Amino acid sequence: MKGIARAAGFAAAFAIAAAAPAAAQTPPAPAAGAALTVAVAAPVTSLDPHYHQLSPNNAVADMVFDRLVNTDAQSRQVPGLAVEWKAVEPTVWEFKLRPDVRFHNGNPFTAEDVAFTLARLPNVPNSPSSFAVYSRPIKRVEVVDPLTVRFHTAEPYPLVPLDMTNVRVLDKETHENASTEDFNSGRAAVGTGPWRVVSHRQGDRIEFERFDGYWGDKPAFARVNYRMVTNDAARTAALLAGDVDLIDQVPTTDVAKLRRDQRVALSEVVGLRLVFLGLDHLRGTDENSPFVTGNDGQPLGRNPLKDVRVRRALSMAIDRQAIAERVMEGAATPAGQFLPEGVYGYVPGLEAPRYDPDGAKRLLAEAGYPDGFRIQLNGPNDRYINDARIIQAIGQMWTRVGVRTTVEAQTWSVFVGRASRQEYSAFLIGWGSNPDGSHPLRNIIATYSRERGWGASNRGRYSNPEVDALLERSNTEMDGEKREQMVVAAMRMAMEDVAVIPLHIQTNIWAARRGFQHTARVDELTRAQDVRPAAAAAAR
Amino acid sequence: MTVYLLRRLIQAAGVVLAMSVIVFIGVYAIGDPVEILISPDADQFERERAIRAFGLDRPLWQQYFTFLGRALQGDLGRSFVFNEPALKLILQRMPATLELAVGATVVALIIGVPLGLYAGLKPESPVSKGVMAASILGFSLPTFWVGLMLILVFAVQLGWLPSTGRGETVEVLGMRWSFLTADGLAHMVMPAVNLSLFKISLVIRLTRAGVRETMLMDFVKFARAKGLSPRRVIAVHVLKNIMIPVVTVVGLEFGGTIAFSVVTESIFAWPGMGKLIIDSINVLDRPVIVAYLMIIVLMFIVINLVVDLTYSVLDPRVRLEAKGA
Amino acid sequence: MSTTTAPSAAQAAPTPPAPPRVETPFQRFVSEFAASRLALAGLAVFTTIVLIAVLAPWIAPQNPYDLAQLDIMDSRLEPGSVGGAGFTHWLGTDDQGRDMLSGIMYGLRISLIVGAGSAVIACMVGASLGMLAAYAGGRTDSAIMRLVDLQLSFPAILAALMILAVLGKGVLNVVIALVLVEWAYYARTVRGTALVERRREYIEAAQCLALPTRRVIFRHLLPNCLPPLIVVGTMQVARAIALEATLSFLGLGVPITEPSLGLLIANGYEYMLSGKYWISFYPGIALLVTIVSINLVGDHLRDVLNPRLKR
Repeated sequence: MKGIARAAGFAAAFAIAAAAPAAAQTPPAPAAGAALTVAVAAPVTSLDPHYHQLSPNNAVADMVFDRLVNTDAQSRQVPGLAVEWKAVEPTVWEFKLRPDVRFHNGNPFTAEDVAFTLARLPNVPNSPSSFAVYSRPIKRVEVVDPLTVRFHTAEPYPLVPLDMTNVRVLDKETHENASTEDFNSGRAAVGTGPWRVVSHRQGDRIEFERFDGYWGDKPAFARVNYRMVTNDAARTAALLAGDVDLIDQVPTTDVAKLRRDQRVALSEVVGLRLVFLGLDHLRGTDENSPFVTGNDGQPLGRNPLKDVRVRRALSMAIDRQAIAERVMEGAATPAGQFLPEGVYGYVPGLEAPRYDPDGAKRLLAEAGYPDGFRIQLNGPNDRYINDARIIQAIGQMWTRVGVRTTVEAQTWSVFVGRASRQEYSAFLIGWGSNPDGSHPLRNIIATYSRERGWGASNRGRYSNPEVDALLERSNTEMDGEKREQMVVAAMRMAMEDVAVIPLHIQTNIWAARRGFQHTARVDELTRAQDVRPAAAAAAR
Repeated sequence: MTVYLLRRLIQAAGVVLAMSVIVFIGVYAIGDPVEILISPDADQFERERAIRAFGLDRPLWQQYFTFLGRALQGDLGRSFVFNEPALKLILQRMPATLELAVGATVVALIIGVPLGLYAGLKPESPVSKGVMAASILGFSLPTFWVGLMLILVFAVQLGWLPSTGRGETVEVLGMRWSFLTADGLAHMVMPAVNLSLFKISLVIRLTRAGVRETMLMDFVKFARAKGLSPRRVIAVHVLKNIMIPVVTVVGLEFGGTIAFSVVTESIFAWPGMGKLIIDSINVLDRPVIVAYLMIIVLMFIVINLVVDLTYSVLDPRVRLEAKGA
Repeated sequence: MSTTTAPSAAQAAPTPPAPPRVETPFQRFVSEFAASRLALAGLAVFTTIVLIAVLAPWIAPQNPYDLAQLDIMDSRLEPGSVGGAGFTHWLGTDDQGRDMLSGIMYGLRISLIVGAGSAVIACMVGASLGMLAAYAGGRTDSAIMRLVDLQLSFPAILAALMILAVLGKGVLNVVIALVLVEWAYYARTVRGTALVERRREYIEAAQCLALPTRRVIFRHLLPNCLPPLIVVGTMQVARAIALEATLSFLGLGVPITEPSLGLLIANGYEYMLSGKYWISFYPGIALLVTIVSINLVGDHLRDVLNPRLKR
């Protein structure tokens, strides 16, 4: 029996292994000025940089346009179209602009263009996800001189530079009446960035050529072919076949194999996206949570998730290391908070909760559930890396401490609406942060409030007045260090209260053909200017 | 005949209308497009603005009648995702899918009919049995699996064919076609073959079954008795007779291929309509879904009409008027 | 007598008492079926598969649907390895540490239920409506056929998504979705054949006898429409199983904790480039053997049941 299984297995292994790496000619190093072909996973929906706040769109926008404040590979703020910026008064930010910058069509870049850009943000018709959130705190834009611009805010607002890392600057003259369609056709896709658009075929590919008048580092390639290949396996295969030079979102299943492959080189970095479990905080202590029952399948009459001991037990019952190693195959870092170390607002010393099934059982008994209860864990199956696998693994772990768990994975389109209507008891979801601790606090932890615009993504409806108060104060604190202390204190409070159960932070992985060197970015954006011929990269 | 066509036309309008209603209700039941499209950064104010911009704040029936009113003036709405007319998006993608579907159908007929004919004429020969056994493979393996296998073998290992994408295109009649360039054809081979696998099996089986039956029929016996050459008997009498089920099924399959070659197009990154519809369904881009399905249902109606008309040409026993349909 | 073709039998019907038979139709059917060794082999394999599926809870080394019995520390073990639970995983384990052999045994159950269940229901619904359309003609025909148009142009994905959103995930809901998608194929095929058949002499003869419509449809029309129906039917079982796999591939199939063969393959698909072949290879083999055996039986059944092939 064993022999047969092995023989069959060997034959299959041979067939598949033979299919994988046989075409082993090492590609020649790309000549300077050659073309670069990139295959990305997520389709770009528009070339209008203010139409849809979406990572793939932002990546392409970064190739064509510039921001006042750019971000480096680590998402730290670096000068972009502005060379320096400071708050000259608590409610006035002043940006000094870069001189001698020109758009692709030769128009000079001036302060008027900045004013025009901010005015356009809220006025993009039919935008499904507008950039207006970044211009709303700014009440007035004052053009001091062609290279100086001042933003006046209603109250002290420390996040203006951070917000400006999300806004791509347009040319007043070119884009005065440009519609989203004009951008998509390529006609209005004119910026100050390193690449100009040659052609765009929606959902298929975008072709770029180098803009020789770019103010920054000159790109290494004359042309870029930016293709969208949504299927993971097909993308890896396209790389192995030598049809493309760089792919993003390398599936974790292929990472181990690619690491050993001489023909490709991986570039990876711990990202800013936390995967966590949201819990039902909406139902009160003596109400039923929709997917929690007693062991007999009858309603419990109370919501155990309101008890911090239960939440902590559920968190302790999860072996994050095992998930990171076995499910994510190393492409994740177990986490106890939203941000990785080194980012503004990271809570020092707050580690990923230790795996302690016995402690979890004790806590459950203490909370009055010595035999546990039943729960359903929901999650998407097409959104985050290995999402459906993660919830199954957690189902195993929870069941082992006595919380008998069923698992249901649905497509994001069905899942997200139901999660937002508080129809789940426990659900897996993720959050990609801006590199500032106040960002997840305001959107996920803060009490849901339409008036303040807080907690819009707080799908579990966690609410903690003390956290809210700290966040409130930090929002107008202009002293960077003081503000960070407040943010850290608020985050620590929320995490100790297990507002959500953090699991891990994803690792962003790209794979390039030998001869190409790619610099991995924490913000997940795949941009052609981050690729260099390997030799040139070594020489720099 | 004219009356018949007219009646079919009126029915078609009813079906298209029914489809639009079903899609409206269906998308509403599945979820909320704004939740899917909006940036997680957006606050409640921005969410509400987006909902208003798409008209989703109004009751469903109002949304539907607004849509209907515009549709009667030829405006099927703008995509939530792309902010472009839904019709334009679909038409842009159509050539890519059309040429793939035609390619797959041609491959299926060229391979399927002769093999099926042979298997039907010599049912006991080992070759026929081999053909029949192999034809089972065509529909038992999931398309996504076969597709990746094709890429692994022919693109990654052998390096004969490009792995994904559409390749070079030429503009003819304002549309982009890739079957007119060598590079484009090379890109087309694998997806077309992947799509045709099921069809080849289908055609083989239908042809074989038809041939076996027809060969025993009196008119064939009579033709043979008359001393007609076997070649002529098969080419004229047998083939004409078996084409009815083949035409029906291949016609339907052709429609299905145009409409829903979703998996093949995803795996081969083929920028056709199948990929558009799956992407649109994933983000509940209702205007595109509605417009797409209305077009598809129209297409099926036309295909069915053509199939029915072909029947009456191929088989005089089926008379259109008699059906009153 | 057994050489008489059905049409002429119907034509002969006016003389009421049929000549005495040597064997009952069923006996004749059995002996004719048994004439093909290939079909018998197919039947034997298929029976074994059904037995394995039915007996899975008693013969599988592990209950792969019970999360408590799985351990991700055993994930992706190679065939022949011994896992944490102490038994040998002859076919390896998947990403959750699920024993592939057990997974396949249980997966067969789900796939057979989904494939056969949806095909049988869709066939019944579709064939009845198709025959009704052909026989009744007129408005009934138009109404049914326009419904078919509507259904054929409605994507399986959207149907599955709608059912999933409204009813939630579950094996039964997948069956419903597949029936919804597939019945139109049967209706279309049957109507096409029935339209030709109902003009034939034996039907006219039956009508002349003033036999009840139901009897004419089911006793006379149906048997003569069977051959193409069985061709389509046996293929549709296979297709339903493959379609379920595709739905799973798109995240719309059976629940992830109760994998069918299709879902096992779809899961393993992601490991195909990684050298962990067994996660999709063995379920693929199981699927292939199942479908081949169904079709061997079906192909032969079609020949045996086809009244026009009787010599």
